[in-house]
Amino acid sequence: MKRFLGFVVKEFYHIFRDYRTLLILFGIPAIQLLLFGYVITSEIRDARIAIFDQSKDEGTRKISEKVLSSGYFILDKNLSSTKEIEQVFRQGNVKLVLIFGPDFSKNLNKTGNAKVQIIGDASDPNTANILVNYIQGILSNYLFSLNAEKIPMQIVPEVRMMYNSEMKGVFMFVPGLMAMLLMLISALMTSLSITREKELGTMELLLVSPLKPVQIIIGKVFPYVFLAFLDACIIIILGNTVFGVPVVGSVALLLFESLLFICMALSLGILISTITSSQQIAMMLSLVALMLPTILLSGFIFPVENMPVVLQWFCHIMPPKYYITIIKSIMLQGNGFSYIAFETGILAGFTMLFIFLSVKKFKVRLG
Amino acid sequence: MVKRQAENIIVVKDLVKKFGSFIANDHLSFEVKKGEIFGFLGANGAGKTTAIKILCGLSSPTSGKLTVGGFDIYTEREKIKKNIGYMSQKFSLYDDLTVFENIRFYAGIYGLRKKEIEERTKVLMEKLDMKEARDKLIRSIPLGWKQKLAFSVAIIHNPKIVFLDEPTGGVDPLTRRQFWDMIFEASREGITVFVTTHYMDEAEYCDRVSIMVDGKIAALDTPENLKQQYLAASMNDVFLKLARAKVN
Repeated sequence: MKRFLGFVVKEFYHIFRDYRTLLILFGIPAIQLLLFGYVITSEIRDARIAIFDQSKDEGTRKISEKVLSSGYFILDKNLSSTKEIEQVFRQGNVKLVLIFGPDFSKNLNKTGNAKVQIIGDASDPNTANILVNYIQGILSNYLFSLNAEKIPMQIVPEVRMMYNSEMKGVFMFVPGLMAMLLMLISALMTSLSITREKELGTMELLLVSPLKPVQIIIGKVFPYVFLAFLDACIIIILGNTVFGVPVVGSVALLLFESLLFICMALSLGILISTITSSQQIAMMLSLVALMLPTILLSGFIFPVENMPVVLQWFCHIMPPKYYITIIKSIMLQGNGFSYIAFETGILAGFTMLFIFLSVKKFKVRLG
Repeated sequence: MVKRQAENIIVVKDLVKKFGSFIANDHLSFEVKKGEIFGFLGANGAGKTTAIKILCGLSSPTSGKLTVGGFDIYTEREKIKKNIGYMSQKFSLYDDLTVFENIRFYAGIYGLRKKEIEERTKVLMEKLDMKEARDKLIRSIPLGWKQKLAFSVAIIHNPKIVFLDEPTGGVDPLTRRQFWDMIFEASREGITVFVTTHYMDEAEYCDRVSIMVDGKIAALDTPENLKQQYLAASMNDVFLKLARAKVN
């Protein structure tokens, strides 16, 4: 036990004497969280638009007023000819052009049919989509207010978004980010620290010593369990204080599941380090083979349900997917253990599989 | 210096190590006597490192009977580990730890107590004339010091045998000579030294040498006897004659 402690102390020296390690451990999580939280938001405010009003009557003025007072749009320019439309898009300031046909109100009152054209700048498709939707919402609102007295039957939907009533993007990113960062720290850092010993030649010395291989591995991994756990806490606290992401369910359960996920990622890191003996390859493997799938295939940003079937299969073998499901379930819905038992089992299964493979690899290498 | 009557501390019989179809060690048989400096010579790729790794327990033999320090290499590996020291050509110290922290760490994993570690460090620092470097990072001390320190650390737990795998690689001749003085001292204190090298001048310092060519032991005797047998002026000539004999 004393030998083991000496080992852990040495490992902490390595970590605390290398400012780059410290930066990765504590700088990156905080910065990532703030970046993701502030930058990625699905709401757009103050988009610049141009209006080409060929009628200039009461109706078009009212609609324009509504559009510009909604908070989503700012008037960049009033256009006077169709030629100008392409021109303003090319200049790049304007995201959307709203065109009213001639005799708007007259047509509307007479035939009940007036023409509005919405042109979006789809070089950024998401933004264009969202802006067009806003305008359509405003138009149908206007129409509704005109007809309010006339229509005998109405269906008025009352929408309520459960678990994230304000539809905050950050609610989605905090769980995803936790999975990504814990994966990064645990798998990358352990695989690096083990391959470093191999490169230095110190691993041979350790293997010649009376320390058992298991002690060596646990000794190397233990500090990272501790640090990754600390990181999980930092992310939860930052998410809660800065962005108001709640922890509705049990904090203890959340921490327990995080610990399980950390162990899974660590055992993956160990597996990587048994495959390679160079730090560079370990880094490549961790970053390319782990980070990208974690971001793309875990449901972190893109919904798994929309992917091609083959990719969905890949998603099912991505451990982070299950962790993200688990923490969303605990943090946002407040579910208890019985709801996430299946996912927990899968994470535990992955952990055991990776440890089994590492031990097997390790023995083969010795022989 | 050869202790003819001394007991055998390493016994190797018919050691074979294959990597796929490549035979790295082809039926090696030799004994190392207690307290001697045993040189294990050969060109690069002759199978020296493979053999030393098997003796240290870093690799398993394909077949053969081996005992180290009287313990069987298959069944008593843990006991062997407590009784041997090992130093590779990479010196294997941690760059980002200080001299003392390295000593404390390695002594610690061999189970030395805190007080023992303090005492031995003090003695060592005086012996190596490194007192002022005690709390410096390994990164900042010269290569020669690193090498001496690596050797001292390899024998800090007073092992019966120390295995040195090309310990003088990349070091200048003067430092190499000083390093051999340390090996002689360890040998005088009763530690058996098993050393691989491809510097033939170093072979002259050994009590007995074995010369490996292509996975086999081509010759094994004292440097004096070998030079007589092959009518050579130096160990270098002995080696060249053996290597050429192989080619012809």
